Amino acid sequence: MSKMRYSRRAVLKGGAAAVAASTLPAPMVWAQEIKDITLRQFGTGVSNLNEVGQKVKEDLGFTLEMTALDSDSVTQRAATQPDSFDIADIEYWICKKVWPTGNLQAMDTSKIKNYDKIVGIFRSGKLTPESVIAQGTAPHSVGFVEGPDATSFAAEETGWMTLIPTIYNADTLGIRPDLIGRPIESWAELLNPEFKGKASILDISSIGIMDMAMVCEAMGEIQYADKGNMTKEEIDKTIAIFTEAKQNGQFRAFWKTFDESVNLMASGEVVIQSMWSPAITAVKSRGIPCVYQPLKEGYRSWGGGIGLSKSLSGMELDAAYEYINWYLDGWVGGFLMRQGYYSAVPETSKNYMSENEWGYWFEGKPATGDITSPFGDVLAKAGDVRDGGSFEERMGRVACWNAVMDENQYMVRKWNEFISS
Amino acid sequence: MAMSRHVVGWMQAAPLALVLAGFLVLPVILIVVVSFWGATEWSIYPAFLWDNYEFLFSSPVTYRVFFNTFKYALITWALTLGIGFTVAYFLAFHVRGQTTQIALFLLCTIPFWTSNIIRMISWIPFLGRNGIANQTLLDWGLINQPLEWLLYSDFSVILAFVHLYTLFMVVPIFNTMMRIDRSLLEAAYDNGASGFQTLWHVIVPLTKPGIMIGTIFVVTLVMGDFITVRFMSGSQSANVGRLISNDIALLQYPSAAATAVVLLCTVLLVIAILLRFVNIRKEL
Repeated sequence: MSKMRYSRRAVLKGGAAAVAASTLPAPMVWAQEIKDITLRQFGTGVSNLNEVGQKVKEDLGFTLEMTALDSDSVTQRAATQPDSFDIADIEYWICKKVWPTGNLQAMDTSKIKNYDKIVGIFRSGKLTPESVIAQGTAPHSVGFVEGPDATSFAAEETGWMTLIPTIYNADTLGIRPDLIGRPIESWAELLNPEFKGKASILDISSIGIMDMAMVCEAMGEIQYADKGNMTKEEIDKTIAIFTEAKQNGQFRAFWKTFDESVNLMASGEVVIQSMWSPAITAVKSRGIPCVYQPLKEGYRSWGGGIGLSKSLSGMELDAAYEYINWYLDGWVGGFLMRQGYYSAVPETSKNYMSENEWGYWFEGKPATGDITSPFGDVLAKAGDVRDGGSFEERMGRVACWNAVMDENQYMVRKWNEFISS
Repeated sequence: MAMSRHVVGWMQAAPLALVLAGFLVLPVILIVVVSFWGATEWSIYPAFLWDNYEFLFSSPVTYRVFFNTFKYALITWALTLGIGFTVAYFLAFHVRGQTTQIALFLLCTIPFWTSNIIRMISWIPFLGRNGIANQTLLDWGLINQPLEWLLYSDFSVILAFVHLYTLFMVVPIFNTMMRIDRSLLEAAYDNGASGFQTLWHVIVPLTKPGIMIGTIFVVTLVMGDFITVRFMSGSQSANVGRLISNDIALLQYPSAAATAVVLLCTVLLVIAILLRFVNIRKEL
């Protein structure tokens, strides 16, 4: 390391001093020193993409270091090591768990340029004025706090946001239509004995329990008051149904990582399982038919956003706001939407997508030409329609959001029993 | 001025003692301490609670999982011992010439040039429903349906364990066998002992320390493992290691620490029992 290089902290101090020295923050100082800023972001693999880091360097000048972890590790790190990151890219249910630790700081929405264009789901909770809010940890319910230092959530928009929404989607079951050979319409099919030894569910308790609940409700076995916040009896009953299925050999395996789910499906070990959208894409890009099957009971949805570490201040904080504004400006949105996710501000993403891509991914129209992923794989050909249709059809049919329950610890213990039964 | 022998002895032992104290004893003490702490969903707080142990011992899952762990350890031990002893015997007594011996021994270590995880995962496409094993058996007409139990079952877990850990049995057994005085074998032969009698009454007793060292390796490795069980059983079975890793993933450090302490005690107990049978110090 060169002796001439300023340490990050020294630059920070210098930057803060420069800002303090003049009432108008000098743009010149900004331009010079921003190159030395490094923001450390960590999060789940879905949006922690090297392409984003490279583009940040090009467009904004500073360095974004990214670390991808699984949801459990992300929660762990956000809750226990606040100094190890500047930006946390987490899901809303993780936010519910992590916010009370005080490791994150609220964001001033007046500094967010495209705030007014953010989809209603993340502000009022409603996609359209008529929408019914789904069960679970709906993003808007943990999206706002009363003030910069508040540790509890506010019921409506306050001007202080906990996470800036970046990416979200509606999840359902993935199937291998070639190996099943008949239409699948309900979540209940996951436990259909027809698929004995060929089904799978994900082994991440907080998400897995929701998929289980969707199945039990579809089977007519249990009626939940709120799938996102079950009572102990509901948890017991749900786990009991799945334990019985497991002992009868319904499941081939459980998966924990994205790659495992892709391999299970692509190898034909499993023909029906809980799955994530890009995993379907990955299977398809190997030339294997795989459908993200819309089901009549609706979707289980999730959303992620970026939160700022409590310790961010001064120039680094400004850089973080800069980054957030850039994030909502459309390039990332387009990049993510071309993989099948949705962006928080779809209208800006449209500028970075072709008409064909926008029509296919967002409007649910038949493709007019090849649809390729940002990595160059052909995902659909002319005439294909996206599974589940348009944005409104998919996000309008969310039955519940990924959640963390009041009885979480109990649920986790029960989940452990299920896995070891 | 010469230092007393006493002081020199202490100083010679100090570096290792310090390293062990800092990196082994201290962490273990910390784990024991944390196992009495309390936890909320996102934090842990110092306390002196028996809750973690109480839950552990009152849950039927614990017993099932410990039983599973022992089952894996026992079966893996028996298989690795059988294979390990045979391989070592072949290398030590059948192969003539040291060059061949060394060459064959190195051959055994070749799989260790890649990582543990890769060696384990490469079984998955081989054993899968549409994998090479099933395809071959189908082609030969030995089966009509793909065998489901080949993968994501106890069978595949134990297969992977045996594959991963047999060498840990081969090496110490081979080592002790090489030290056996060949004249003892000739004496046995001259006195009219059959091949089996020589094996059972001469070679096996003299190889015991090697067997014991191999046993300790295999048993502790299998009992502490979690990743093999997770991948090879498709997350469908659990052993103690997985219980701990699940707890850690869910931020339940105190509960994980309590499970770790119980596991540690169990393993130490097993080793203590093993050491009652053979004095391995004699051989070191």
